[in-house]
Amino acid sequence: MKSRTIKVDYLARVEGEGALYVKIKNNRVTDVRFKIWEPPRLFEAFLRGRNYSEAPDITARICGICPIAYQMSAAQAMEGAFGVTVDGQVRALRRLIYCGEWIESHALHVFLLHAPDFLGYEDAIQMAKDHPEVVQQGLQLKKVGNELMAFLGGREVHPINLCVGGFYKVPTKRELAPFIEKLKWARDAALEAVRWTATLPFPDFEQDYEFVALRHPDEYAITEGRLVSNKGLDIAVREYDDHFVEEHVPYTNALHSGLKERGAYLVGPLARYNVNFDKLSPLAQQAARDAGLGPVCRNPFKSIIVRSVEILYAYDEALRIIDEYEMPEKPAVEVQPHAATAYGCTEAPRGTLYHRYRVDDQGVILDARIVAPTSQNQKSVESDLWQLVPKHMDLPPDQLTWRCEQAVRNYDPCISCATHFLRLHIERE
Amino acid sequence: MPRARKPKLAVWKFASCSGCQLALLNCEDELLAVAGQVDIAYFVEASRAVVRGPYDLSLVEGSITTPHDVELIQQVRRVSKRLVTIGACATAGGIQALRNFKDVQEFVSIVYAAPEYVETLDKSTPVADHVPVDFELRGCPINRQQLLEVISAFLHGRKPNVPPYSVCIECKARGIVCVMVAHGTPCLGPVTQAGCGAICPAYHRGCYGCFGPKETPNTESLSKWWSHLGMEDQDLVRAFRTFNAWAEAFREESVAHEK
Repeated sequence: MKSRTIKVDYLARVEGEGALYVKIKNNRVTDVRFKIWEPPRLFEAFLRGRNYSEAPDITARICGICPIAYQMSAAQAMEGAFGVTVDGQVRALRRLIYCGEWIESHALHVFLLHAPDFLGYEDAIQMAKDHPEVVQQGLQLKKVGNELMAFLGGREVHPINLCVGGFYKVPTKRELAPFIEKLKWARDAALEAVRWTATLPFPDFEQDYEFVALRHPDEYAITEGRLVSNKGLDIAVREYDDHFVEEHVPYTNALHSGLKERGAYLVGPLARYNVNFDKLSPLAQQAARDAGLGPVCRNPFKSIIVRSVEILYAYDEALRIIDEYEMPEKPAVEVQPHAATAYGCTEAPRGTLYHRYRVDDQGVILDARIVAPTSQNQKSVESDLWQLVPKHMDLPPDQLTWRCEQAVRNYDPCISCATHFLRLHIERE
Repeated sequence: MPRARKPKLAVWKFASCSGCQLALLNCEDELLAVAGQVDIAYFVEASRAVVRGPYDLSLVEGSITTPHDVELIQQVRRVSKRLVTIGACATAGGIQALRNFKDVQEFVSIVYAAPEYVETLDKSTPVADHVPVDFELRGCPINRQQLLEVISAFLHGRKPNVPPYSVCIECKARGIVCVMVAHGTPCLGPVTQAGCGAICPAYHRGCYGCFGPKETPNTESLSKWWSHLGMEDQDLVRAFRTFNAWAEAFREESVAHEK
């Protein structure tokens, strides 16, 4: 009986600390474990007793790569609970800074973390020796996204300008104008990135996923919408807990999320693309088609193309927002707290990020629950590996291991996010 | 003149959000130049490749929160000629040090269904509580220009130029109107170390202390000024208890207002 194990104790080029184990016996996969061993930081516990207005800045610290997503889900939850609507140009500015976050996060993943897998490099710095122009251009694409974050938010990591109700300070139209030329350059560069990623070698691999994403009637959903899937889910954010469950799995520090009725599902760029292709701008739709993607893409390895399409879309959308911008009279809507349950959900770069809080009549948080994208994708990551490994059994061990790592990195997993909302479950021996 | 060998850089992560090591990858214009000067020998977030130690410079992100961390940080120290901690988690215990003020078992049972399985220490502590540290770079997150300065200084064997004065100095240097004097907005700038560029006051907001206490802060006096602005004890406790809650000066001031 021939048995072997694919083992990666510390996955590289992902955010945070995770591991991967695949057991193979007689050329059959007998076990797959995507482990998250990053220590928990107990966010839900110390959010208790904090003021509602502190939730955006505190939860931002769950993740340095997507702080805007946390700030926005938290702010939106509180605004909904207190009956406040943020609209007009303040809403547009939030979408604009969120575009900046999608861009910096996606460009980091596409060029520095994921592309080296396709071309056989250990990292982007080695890749840069042979492909300097690709890496340089990727870094510049990322930089412009970060500049949008820093301009609107004060800095790129843990921006300081967002609050419940809007912003502390909003820019004048004239202050935004210098971005236009840069964004136009970046939009062109993003178009090239879509074309370039489409030339990468892709394994022939598709799965029949349930894609879950926010959907909005007027736009490619980022900051609000209904939770919709390609298999019939269509619910308001406040109904989230009725449809999704989390279960304990003994080997990981993150709970596995599933749909009550159908189990595994997938969130993130691939899900958004499949649910909302018709809402992409004409430029982004055309670029996707030219890259060989239809309105449906079920190959998770091609998520690198889809991320590039979203970078292109985000630049296109940023230019539209700046073009139509007029400085609002007030940077924020005033908020009066009262006892309520707050529900918020936005599209973080890696997928739907759900927050729920209970607050008292003074606006003090009584309890909190946060479900990050990576925990929702854990089941799909494992299911991909169950399907993928048998197809590549003939690869030499180190190549097979690398292929498995690549399959995990298809999801751009953010383990720092995934751990902190979760019940920890370490088995002691 | 070609060097005999490039110095080896390692980046380590403990309990944190990854935002401070991201600062290195956010140096879009400098990253490839840095990679030309140093051998990025251990940086799991960025590379599969691992070059064995010892390392000339280790950057450590994150706080110590598990028995495993306690052992690992000793190993990191042993393989590092110079060890620099980056960010509020590594230098002060981070936001997760809020557990330090409570009974951690109670905390854990709030969050976890099976608290007996939770392997976590009572306190989240800075790296310097466990091993000698050559330099602490503050901030939640760190400023990437300061990070480049620190890397450059250590590679050239000089002292980093990272001033320990307050945010007020930076704020005045930028010509920003004082939010506390002009608008009555509570601000931690007078007791907080500079380095961020006084961004909060620049955006009409009071500083919230993410770079931790400055050298010789007078927190007691600032608390009195906050009281004049209508802030109550519970507000002061919250203000000093965020991302640098366990840094001594902020910790003592928050405890003083708890009763």
